Amino acid sequence: MASVEPRRPPASSRQEPEGRSGRQDKYSVLLPTYNERENLPLIVWLLVKSFSESGINYEIIIIDDGSPDGTKDVAEQLEKIYGPDKILLKPREKKLGLGTAYIHGMEHATGNYIVIMDADLSHHPKFIPEFIRKQKEGNFDIVSGTRYKGNGGVYGWDLKRKLISRGANFITQVLLRPGVSDLTGSFRLYRKEVLQKLIEKCISKGYVFQMEMIVRARQMDYTIGEVPISFVDRVYGESKLGGNEIVSFLKGLLTLLLLHKRKLFIYAYRVHFNLNIKEAWLLIFIKRTLKA
Amino acid sequence: MTKLAQWLWALVLLGSAWAALTMGALGLELPSPCREVLWPLPAYLLVSAGCYALGTVGYRVATFHDCEDAARELQSQIQEARADLTRRGLRF
Repeated sequence: MASVEPRRPPASSRQEPEGRSGRQDKYSVLLPTYNERENLPLIVWLLVKSFSESGINYEIIIIDDGSPDGTKDVAEQLEKIYGPDKILLKPREKKLGLGTAYIHGMEHATGNYIVIMDADLSHHPKFIPEFIRKQKEGNFDIVSGTRYKGNGGVYGWDLKRKLISRGANFITQVLLRPGVSDLTGSFRLYRKEVLQKLIEKCISKGYVFQMEMIVRARQMDYTIGEVPISFVDRVYGESKLGGNEIVSFLKGLLTLLLLHKRKLFIYAYRVHFNLNIKEAWLLIFIKRTLKA
Repeated sequence: MTKLAQWLWALVLLGSAWAALTMGALGLELPSPCREVLWPLPAYLLVSAGCYALGTVGYRVATFHDCEDAARELQSQIQEARADLTRRGLRF
């Protein structure tokens, strides 16, 4: 079926009968996966269900980082079932990180909005129509799902986990004053241009990357709306939140406190050339003197 | 200005104002009751900030919403999805 179907032009270039005002919005969902063979078909099924029931134009881009458990095979089967215009496969050779996965996925995205979410069923696609509604309501550049406001919440966390989560969130709220209640959440809707601009500038990894996106977005005066979501954690028992995570959280917080409106060249130098702070300053000083 | 710089600035400004007033450095002689309150003010503020933090976090943990119905709904939808996908030819 897929091999003889003619390639349809992307939605944005197709002529709408009623002229420019009727141009349809298309939502590209980016799904970076690693060892999600069990969950991938389920999340795709739920996405298809949510989008079809709401009559929303969508595509799902699966970015698999060379999963050893055969996630790619499952993804190929899904592409056959739902069609290559709805399911796009953009795999990579090995695990390369979230930021680059988003960049890679966006290169082939034909939507004008991007949805990012986790592929492990902790985020439920039923909230995406609510994100879309919220975005239109306030013409927001970003809509973020929050577990901490309204009737947002979590399933599967014990008291200790809740305490750590709320405590860390309180500290970030006081220190960074981000204007957003859930800073580490990764269930968001972005305008495509906004996400592209933000990813260019962000340099952190992991959940600090999600925090950095919001902090930078606020610095660049993008508007952010929030929608309460439910987060069903089915892997909490397996992953441990230990001292290491807390240390990296504090380090990430310090990085964000030092985030400058202009490009953070010091950090960039450190990361690029693997220097410590003194060496980075010295290098910059030398370069400046040589320019003079 | 970075957020850290803002915090440091605020601390320096408030700290120097407090020090100036308590040491009488500006030649201002405040009435005795004022000075008695001003002197331990930083300590009081620190303790009340700590209490506020503990209280807020405690309240938020206590009211942290447990989404049991979301988990149940997800479970039933997983069953539905597996059945539908097997019907469409997916090999798990």
